[in-house]
Amino acid sequence: MAMDITIHTSVLPHEDPDASLAFYRDTLGFEVRSDVGQGRMRWITVGPAGQPDTSILLAPPAADPGVTEDERRTIREMMAKGTYGWILLATRDLDGTFEKLQAGDAEVVQEPTEQPYGIRDCAFRDPAGNLVRLQELR
Amino acid sequence: MCHPAWGRARAEAMLLADLARLRRVRDRITREYARPLDVEALARDAGMPPGQLGRRFRLAYGASPYAWLTARRIERAAALLRRGDLGVAEVRSLVGYRSPGVFGTRFTELVGTPPGAYRRGAAAPAAAAAAAGVPPHVAERAAGPAGCREAPAAEPQPA
Repeated sequence: MAMDITIHTSVLPHEDPDASLAFYRDTLGFEVRSDVGQGRMRWITVGPAGQPDTSILLAPPAADPGVTEDERRTIREMMAKGTYGWILLATRDLDGTFEKLQAGDAEVVQEPTEQPYGIRDCAFRDPAGNLVRLQELR
Repeated sequence: MCHPAWGRARAEAMLLADLARLRRVRDRITREYARPLDVEALARDAGMPPGQLGRRFRLAYGASPYAWLTARRIERAAALLRRGDLGVAEVRSLVGYRSPGVFGTRFTELVGTPPGAYRRGAAAPAAAAAAAGVPPHVAERAAGPAGCREAPAAEPQPA
């Protein structure tokens, strides 16, 4: 039986909710779809304008009460050193978008590069240390 | 007035700030992989003495900044050689090595095959992977071709 399932929301952890919100809203130009909770415990849904069916949920890391103190510390350390969260985005205008991101003080990890596996992409960090790869749609 | 929990929270905040600085160092090495490694400049940006940067980097990532740079360069070199349209000398220079000897040695250490032989033998496996439908960046990330292995040399400057 054929199912009708869409990929609706991906989750990335934040460390400083306001910094992450500013990055996705102001630097990437996403719209803010909901913002609940307070302090560090905030769940912020963002996504590209005109694409209401695809969202990123910026969520507090390790908020599940079953996460132990050691696990929580490890996750926060991995986030800080940049080895935890990652996401793949795409755009038709890679170079223009990259220019804007670089001008917007995003931490660039990789300039637009032709990859041997057939894509062209660049990479940068969000404020929580998540790796954001952006590939060219062509 | 010093609650033990405050001390712990402060120590953790400092550790996280340190790790974020190391992340920026590592990202800069990744971004500027074709340039010579300037440990002094990296240390200055990270706000710590060069020796301390090396120690902390190794503690955080399990490899020295130099080993990380070498891994990135060789990974990129292998990718370019797999494309097949560039010669070994061209690839060597594109990834930042002036010396063919150093490039050949590092490449062979990390990949297991000298660059020329790798270039000649690369076409078939790449085509097989593509036919199998494995997204190469996922496969590469999982396998870490030259990713996580420590370059065995002590700390020589890349040529």
